[in-house]
Amino acid sequence: MKMPEPDADVIARRAGIARALGEIVPGEGVIEDRAALRAYESDGLTAYRQPPMIAVLPDTVAQVSAILRYCHENGIKVVPRGAGTSLSGGALPLADGVLLGLGKFNRVLDIDYANRCAVVQPGVANLAISQAVEAAGFYYAPDPSSQIACSIGGNVAENAGGVHCLKYGLTANNLLGVQLVLMEGEVVRIGGRHLDSAGYDLLGVVTGSEGLLGVITEVTVRILPRPPSARAALVGFPSAEAAGDCVAGVIAAGIVPGGMEMMDNPAINAAEDFVAAGYPRDAAALLIVELDGPEVEVDHLVDRVAGIARDFGATSIRVSEDENEREKFWAGRKSAFPAVGRISPDYYCMDGTIPRRRLPEVLGRMSAMSDEFGLRVANVFHAGDGNLHPLILYDANNPGELERAEAFGEAILRLCVEVGGVLTGEHGVGVEKRDLMGTMFSDEDLKQQQRLKCAFDPEQLLNPGKVFPVLHRCAELGRVHVRGGQTRFADIPRF
Amino acid sequence: METLRPTTESETIEAVGWACGGERALEIVSGGTKRGLGGPADAAAGLDLSGLAGISLYEPEELVLTAKPGTTLAEIDARLAQHGQTLAFEPPDLGPLLGAGPGLGTLGGCIAANLSGPRRFKAGAARDHFLGVRAVSGRGELFKSGGRVVKNVTGYDLCKLLAGSWGTLAAMTEITVKVLPAAEKVRTVLVYGLDDEAAIGAMTRALGGAFEVSGAAHLPAGMAALSEVGRVREPGSPVTALRVEGPEPSVLARTESVRALFGDGHEIDELHGRNSGAFWREVGEARFHAASPEEIVWRLSVPPAEGAAVARRIAGELEARAFYDWGGGLIWLALPPGTEDAGAETVRRALDPAGGHATLIRAPEEIRRRVPVFHPQPAGLAALNERVKRAFDPRGILNPGRMDGRG
Repeated sequence: MKMPEPDADVIARRAGIARALGEIVPGEGVIEDRAALRAYESDGLTAYRQPPMIAVLPDTVAQVSAILRYCHENGIKVVPRGAGTSLSGGALPLADGVLLGLGKFNRVLDIDYANRCAVVQPGVANLAISQAVEAAGFYYAPDPSSQIACSIGGNVAENAGGVHCLKYGLTANNLLGVQLVLMEGEVVRIGGRHLDSAGYDLLGVVTGSEGLLGVITEVTVRILPRPPSARAALVGFPSAEAAGDCVAGVIAAGIVPGGMEMMDNPAINAAEDFVAAGYPRDAAALLIVELDGPEVEVDHLVDRVAGIARDFGATSIRVSEDENEREKFWAGRKSAFPAVGRISPDYYCMDGTIPRRRLPEVLGRMSAMSDEFGLRVANVFHAGDGNLHPLILYDANNPGELERAEAFGEAILRLCVEVGGVLTGEHGVGVEKRDLMGTMFSDEDLKQQQRLKCAFDPEQLLNPGKVFPVLHRCAELGRVHVRGGQTRFADIPRF
Repeated sequence: METLRPTTESETIEAVGWACGGERALEIVSGGTKRGLGGPADAAAGLDLSGLAGISLYEPEELVLTAKPGTTLAEIDARLAQHGQTLAFEPPDLGPLLGAGPGLGTLGGCIAANLSGPRRFKAGAARDHFLGVRAVSGRGELFKSGGRVVKNVTGYDLCKLLAGSWGTLAAMTEITVKVLPAAEKVRTVLVYGLDDEAAIGAMTRALGGAFEVSGAAHLPAGMAALSEVGRVREPGSPVTALRVEGPEPSVLARTESVRALFGDGHEIDELHGRNSGAFWREVGEARFHAASPEEIVWRLSVPPAEGAAVARRIAGELEARAFYDWGGGLIWLALPPGTEDAGAETVRRALDPAGGHATLIRAPEEIRRRVPVFHPQPAGLAALNERVKRAFDPRGILNPGRMDGRG
């Protein structure tokens, strides 16, 4: 992984930059002590580490604006950071960059039940939003598995998903507005408490832009009335094919469950060893199908799902009878990552999405790759929307194993793209999948994306080295190459 | 004006490349039903995408459909209906409202305008169902974004940007959308006699409870009188409508719960399947304003609980006829013909206290030349929009003028 070459001139100005930032954020808001900077050297993708040149922790929008304007005027790169839970290295610092931490923006500003929205600062944790509106019977729907820790600003930057996004959508579908500070220091407000946009849908394109377009300083999310009941069915299958067919069968029957998760045999056994959730250890694949809504609807649909599962050859079916049991069913799935962590010193989590019906083929080829690379793999899978999370098991202490795990991961992602899927369903490109972007996109596709970047950040100072494998200068990207501009094309029908 | 009508993607690339090279402005159309919406385009030539038509991929179990932009929504609806599926954002046919006739709208036009119907607040807008695109930028270059799977965060989501860009950023050549199972059962609870404020309050209560209401509209008496549906038209009083959809046992139970919200002292009725379908279609398509084609029509998106207050501010200054969708969050407003500058200043000032935006949906061309059709934005945001436009169309050849200053 190569990051942009650090600028020695900028690094030489480090003390002066720290002083200037200290004038903007007085007190303890600027960190330049090298030991203290280690706290920011990586995010959830711990394979990559790089302490920032300086970290700055503002607590007002005016400070964020002044920091960005200063950095823009002085040609200094900036990496924004929320809670630092990114699994793709989105918040990996730069040796010649300022790390802009938004942890102090941690207040819920307004809860507006009549308009069913909440206005929060970006450092508020995802789950804290649901907790803030819980007493009134509301919640915030997207629920990434790191929801206790991950910040809503980071969720917007990464367009975070979660178990329930099959029915309730990703962050993008649950967002009404943001306040955004551009790299030149300008503060803009996009959206509000109403729906849709007056101009271009900048809210939509900022969501999932991985901190490359602006720094989010305020977020307005939609909140929903909490469904009155939920039940989960735990269904074992003798093969991944049968489980995959069952998923298709549920969808074809017109049912969109709140969540529909799959685990393969290695993941089932790792989870069972860890939390004893009562999973069928001999099943080749396990489905957890959760129905939520009014009680009468949930009871009706859970019966239909059980019937469909039997038709597709389920070997075991259990339906939760109370909240305790439902939570127990989920306990295994939710602890799948740490459970796998117990059976292997290290694991590498992938995040490709595939068209669901290609699942048996993809699992089969992944199993062959496992032999080829000599590394085990366990699979958990958001089955409803085709989002795979293969966990590659390795031991970083064995020379060459990390590199082999990365090569295996790359092969899996190439396979996802080959069958019509994508590199990342919810974790983001970051630095991790940056160099694979060419498998999905042509140079022209990527150049058009970078032209958008130039509209927000013409000097490309905000989070450079992420998402795009090759950085082009904005002036070069803006040039129009006219091809055949003066000729008329006789073969196009004209009227 | 000469019109180019490509039938393939490569012809589309050639056509836009020709326009870019010669700096000739193009007016992009597909079904042409919304040509009267937006700033008048000052174009040297037309680019008619209706020749790029047809469904190229439909996999019901994968909930995905790919089609070319000129494919009519009627064709797509018919195909989806064979598998009990639908476009959950309920694309409205604005043809009749805009005087272009029904049934002509295309997928490309619907996405380019980011149109969505009464289910918007629950199921999302067109942009929320738009998974992938192939398009030709104003540079005459083909690019793609997104994919054919629902869950995808690979690269910037340029689909979001193209949805609602009214053809000012790129000419789309292929569109992939998410499709969903159609509801098994539909009921609409009608509550009669509420004034605007009380109706907004009732809709807010219903949407704040766990009833999964998927449509919430209010018609003052004068609007209800224009409905095709007898139970809405005949009582001669205001009608507040709440839609419940889903599996049958759930719909029956929730319908009862919604009715119970109102207790005694309210006259209540229900619409079942066919009437429900007809009613929500006329709400989504603002058919109540289609009958008087010379009136000026505005569409306002506001914080839903503010709907009645916004309409009241406007009615204090202008002779306005309005009805509400999206639980109060969408106001369809009609003003008499000849209202000076289409009442733009009054309408837009009414939004200031709570935020939102107002789009001039129908007005004579002469007014649309003077009055911004899309809500003017603060200077910083407007400048950012302009830079985004140039990132896709540096020479300003795609639909110039359509989105006002941004065109």
